[in-house]
Amino acid sequence: MVDNDTALMAHLMRRAGFGAPYEALQAWAAKGYEAAVEELLHPETQPDGIEMDVMERYFIEWRELLAGGTAYWTWRMMNSQRPLEEKIALFWHGILCTGHSKCENPRQQLVEFDMFRRLGLGSFRDILLEISRDPAMVFYLDNCMSHKDAINENYGRELLELFSMGVGMDGHPNYTEDDVKACASAFTGWTITNAVPRYPYGRYASHFIYNAADHDDSEKTFLGETGRFNGEDIIDIIVKQPATARFISRHLYNFFVADDVQVPAWQDTPPRDPEAIKMLEEAYFQSNYEIRAMLRVLFNADFFKQARFAKVKSPVESVVGTMRLVGDFTTPKPGLPAIVAEMRYMGQDLANPPTVEGWHTGKEWIDSGTLVERINFTADQVGNVNLPGIRAIIDRLGAEGSTLSAERLVQGCLEMLGHYELPEDTTSMLVAHVRKEGELRTGTEDFDQRVGQMLQLIVATQEYLFA
Amino acid sequence: MMTDNQKDNVLVVLQLSGGNDALNTIVPYTNPLYMDNRPAVRIDPKQVLPINDAIGFNPAMAPLQELWDEGNMAIIQGIGYPHPNRSHFRSMDIWHTCEPDKVGEEGWLGRALRDLDPKKENVLTGVNFGRGLPRALAAPGVPVASVGDLETYGVLTGIEGADQRSEALEMFSKMYAPLIGRNLVKEYISQTGSDALSGADILSTAPQKYTSTVTYGSDPVAQYMRNIAQVHLAELGTRILYTTAPYNSFDTHASELGTHIRLWGEVSNAVSCFFQDLKEHHASDNVVLFMFTEFGRRVHDNGSGTDHGSGGIAFVIGDAVQGGLYGEYPSLAADQLLEGDLHYNNDFRGTYATLLERWMGLDAKPIVGGSFEQLDFIS
Repeated sequence: MVDNDTALMAHLMRRAGFGAPYEALQAWAAKGYEAAVEELLHPETQPDGIEMDVMERYFIEWRELLAGGTAYWTWRMMNSQRPLEEKIALFWHGILCTGHSKCENPRQQLVEFDMFRRLGLGSFRDILLEISRDPAMVFYLDNCMSHKDAINENYGRELLELFSMGVGMDGHPNYTEDDVKACASAFTGWTITNAVPRYPYGRYASHFIYNAADHDDSEKTFLGETGRFNGEDIIDIIVKQPATARFISRHLYNFFVADDVQVPAWQDTPPRDPEAIKMLEEAYFQSNYEIRAMLRVLFNADFFKQARFAKVKSPVESVVGTMRLVGDFTTPKPGLPAIVAEMRYMGQDLANPPTVEGWHTGKEWIDSGTLVERINFTADQVGNVNLPGIRAIIDRLGAEGSTLSAERLVQGCLEMLGHYELPEDTTSMLVAHVRKEGELRTGTEDFDQRVGQMLQLIVATQEYLFA
Repeated sequence: MMTDNQKDNVLVVLQLSGGNDALNTIVPYTNPLYMDNRPAVRIDPKQVLPINDAIGFNPAMAPLQELWDEGNMAIIQGIGYPHPNRSHFRSMDIWHTCEPDKVGEEGWLGRALRDLDPKKENVLTGVNFGRGLPRALAAPGVPVASVGDLETYGVLTGIEGADQRSEALEMFSKMYAPLIGRNLVKEYISQTGSDALSGADILSTAPQKYTSTVTYGSDPVAQYMRNIAQVHLAELGTRILYTTAPYNSFDTHASELGTHIRLWGEVSNAVSCFFQDLKEHHASDNVVLFMFTEFGRRVHDNGSGTDHGSGGIAFVIGDAVQGGLYGEYPSLAADQLLEGDLHYNNDFRGTYATLLERWMGLDAKPIVGGSFEQLDFIS
């Protein structure tokens, strides 16, 4: 018997966060679905539960360990009590991309990721403005190399192509090469303080500055409007375009609802669910470009609730979701970088996307190499019956009686992993396997091991690759 | 497994990650400009193993010098590409995808594998050693096994007990049995799971069959070169084998001299052991090894190491290789430099094209994206 409230909550938490253990799902479900959505949408009303000062005091290596940025962010994703705050930061990181491969100072990206946490659910206009002033981005896309007399179009182009409008929609282009040039020239003078050379001085943070003397103040025509536009004016024009509403809606859909085709195909391929996209576009305009308002529509819509297991989990979702489930690394301890590295082995190097286009998603996460990494990592974790989250699953199932039927073991493990569903033939194969090994007596070491092994088999299924 | 007696040619690639310092690898030891530019980070000319009166090997490369003396090593000098990029990732990406101007998605060897095995008859046509697949080998729909540890490689390796694990694997093979009529994503995933499983099954036989008198070092490059030898000797039909020196290890911004010599000591020993091993098994004649890095380093040192530069050096080694110097050694004269770096004089895609056409028997043009002048290290 499927418990619909927790099953739906498991779905919501996988998408709006990184999944949650069964007890937490029940607590969320008790609040009611809409109330839970509201709480997720307002992370600022909850403590994040990340006490860095305490952790640094009791684990002095911690500061050094977190210096590179990815371990710190992974830690936050694993432990934050504001799941959507971290999830929306991950969403923007995959679109407004910078990579540490082109970053003078890895801590610089932390400033950007913090900005995503702070503004990620707010107005898209503010997000675009801040990313245009973000030192890591200014350096990553060479806007610091763009001068009044020698314009570098890198940022101006990507702002339109990959950050806001996309090259086209409904088969038509969204802007011209002249628009790119106008956009790039409007952002001249948006630069960063001179970075101190890394050798021999070490790494220093850079800051955004506006250099009026290096700004091209001439008249420009951009998307049909003419004026002596500066960067803010360009962003104001961008955010009111239908193409921008479409682009952000498709991104939200692809990230939170169901896998769609990849971005380069959007000009010519209609959305997977045009009605859903229309609802999100309307919310975009009605709310003055507010992401929170779009997500409120999204999470409460039937198209979302019906999209269970319609997405292949990203490596970050897989690793963080697994760690949240097993309840490891809730306090500082060595070994976190090895967990972070797993994401890279699975094909997602956090803070270092392959290109400014971000990561390709959906089935492109899976190849024969990454699949083995993903299954083995997850199976190793859930098979460790000493980890608190797995212990809790064993205890919960063990409390159901002195013995457990084979069917109930399989079903119970599926529920504990977040109400996963398997095809009938897989389920009966697993049940037959349990039966063959004899009766399940709870409270024995044998029981613990067999629960652990069932969890290992389930996380190896095709179905568990999806969220 | 190959059934015909004619052995197919095999390409082994060793990627030296981090940007190997070309000047301290093949050292212009009599050039005064080398002394001027490298006040702190230079190889003592007396230690250099001379190739001629202008250049010589880094002293750590003695084992490679033997291969050179046997006439089986091509040194490709001044290799690079237009508008060199000095970001590790981007430059490596350019070497991987052959796309210097835009960001490419497919790797050159991924495309080569697709041409070598268009019907995907062998899931082990390409094998990578190391965790995570280098983009060079990535192409949609092309299966490549990526092996972190050959001794333990497989699916669900964490399941304890031999019986338990073999039963788990049997279930796994049923869970991923390719089913017709499901949606495309599910079909793709089933196929990928089956490929991973059968690849692991076959690969696990390689270390079992292997015996050798050659003792490799314990460093990762040596161990992976040993794994490559094991897979090659197992005759699994593998045509492209790839491995990578540890992530960014050649990125010698600081304390270069000690590090660089240690790295080249490890690489040279590993490559030398690899060829000894193959020769011992009479299995070297159909193997060519290619070693490359994403860029060279700045001509002038920074007092302790060297920063990112351009104009690198690459090596091709094998029985079939016409040993010798290819390309030109880039000038160190200030007016010949490109933004303070060595100027490349031959495009890496020419070397790729040579390997693909003359060694692997493929049409290189669509793989490297155009026609590039080939070199004569393979006739």
